Amino acid sequence: MAILVSLGAVLAIVVIALIGAQVGPLQYLLGILVPYAAFAIFIGGFIWRVVYWGKSPVPFRIPTTAGQEYSFPWIKRNRFDNPVKLWEVLVRMFLEVFAFRSLFRHTRAELRGGNLIYGPSKWLWLGALMFHYSFLVIALRHLRFFVQPTPEFVKTIENIDGMLQIGAPHMYLSEVMLLTGLAILLGRRFFAPRIRYISLANDYFPLFLIIAIATTGILMRFLFRVDIVGVKELVLGLASFHPTLPDGIGAMFFIHVLLVSALLAYFPFSKLMHMGGVFMSPTRNLVNNTRMKRHVNPWWTPPKFHTYEEYEEEYRDLMKEAGIPVERE
Amino acid sequence: MYDTGKIIVGLAIFVGLVTSPIWLNKGKAAPKPSPKLDTPAIQQLEKKECVESRQFMRSTHMQLLNEWRDRALRKGERRYINKKGEKIYISLQNTCMKCHSNKKEFCDTCHNYTDIKPYCWDCHFIPEGRKTWASTEGHS
Repeated sequence: MAILVSLGAVLAIVVIALIGAQVGPLQYLLGILVPYAAFAIFIGGFIWRVVYWGKSPVPFRIPTTAGQEYSFPWIKRNRFDNPVKLWEVLVRMFLEVFAFRSLFRHTRAELRGGNLIYGPSKWLWLGALMFHYSFLVIALRHLRFFVQPTPEFVKTIENIDGMLQIGAPHMYLSEVMLLTGLAILLGRRFFAPRIRYISLANDYFPLFLIIAIATTGILMRFLFRVDIVGVKELVLGLASFHPTLPDGIGAMFFIHVLLVSALLAYFPFSKLMHMGGVFMSPTRNLVNNTRMKRHVNPWWTPPKFHTYEEYEEEYRDLMKEAGIPVERE
Repeated sequence: MYDTGKIIVGLAIFVGLVTSPIWLNKGKAAPKPSPKLDTPAIQQLEKKECVESRQFMRSTHMQLLNEWRDRALRKGERRYINKKGEKIYISLQNTCMKCHSNKKEFCDTCHNYTDIKPYCWDCHFIPEGRKTWASTEGHS
């Protein structure tokens, strides 16, 4: 059900764009207004979400301690799995953000001959790494359309990415890697029974959406060619706030753009916010120095005490009247 | 908000990066290219039309050229029949460049605009009597 709902939602976006691309005035909506709105939602939503997270107090040090903590000098400790200094936590964060170290530690449990055994499982890590890095490369390559002249590093990436020189235009390695990574990530939700059991529509939807974006991009490049000069004119116009809508770009471009707009607008309200969230995770970004430094709860205020002396002061007359003994007259 | 300083710096870096195309363009879109079609060979043509339709050539010429290369050099076929059924001799130098002899004003205008470096000239001579292989001129 979750699969059908998300697949249906993605197909609906494709159909809307396909119809809209045939109608002149709607092209203006699909090519200019919707991308601007989506980008504004993306930036605004991203900031809102991070600020919202920033408001949550973290009263204690709660890093995950995945190794021996700082102790006696003769006990070997694990610097990066149980960091006590800033630079150690920075290394930990770097490895987390750039190498997905938590995913590398992924294990799976299996019953074999009545025994529960645990073993390494690197597929999630591999698929995630392939997907994220190719997505980054593809996003950077798109700067070719957004900036004139194209930055030098973008050309370098393009040359490396297309080094196999297969076909015209060249096939990119990142295209293949992205789809392979996505296939692994989607495949585990389909075929691993326990993952499938916990998968929801908001797990499938981003996967289908990004698969659709990649597919339309590849189709646009190899099968349903669009007028690239027109595309660059439109995109460059968007990025310089002088939007124009050239004629005859081709429907595939509008489908691609509407899908990307959907991704941008959906981003801040979904699990995709792990992009910002990874930096905001107290289980990763805190140093484990609970035993070296006193951490005071940030919203702690001294409680109001009402001591007996104050109580007696307040009710002395009444107490005397009722015959209750008082300490001071 | 807790850790306000760090969060604001992080957000500023993020917003700066995703909006970088806006800053890099400085609010000015580069002028769009206008490839020139007024070579002597084209002016002598009665019907000013390429081997396929204008729309097709605009979007798909690179795939056509790739197919032509494979046919001519790998299979030895030098005959292309276009969508109208006309027979065309497959040759970059003698068919394409016969009309489009102005690489600089024609090919390069769009390729520079979209920053594409076709590797035609890794093998083919650049026309206009250029002596060098794979000139870098007009490529970047």
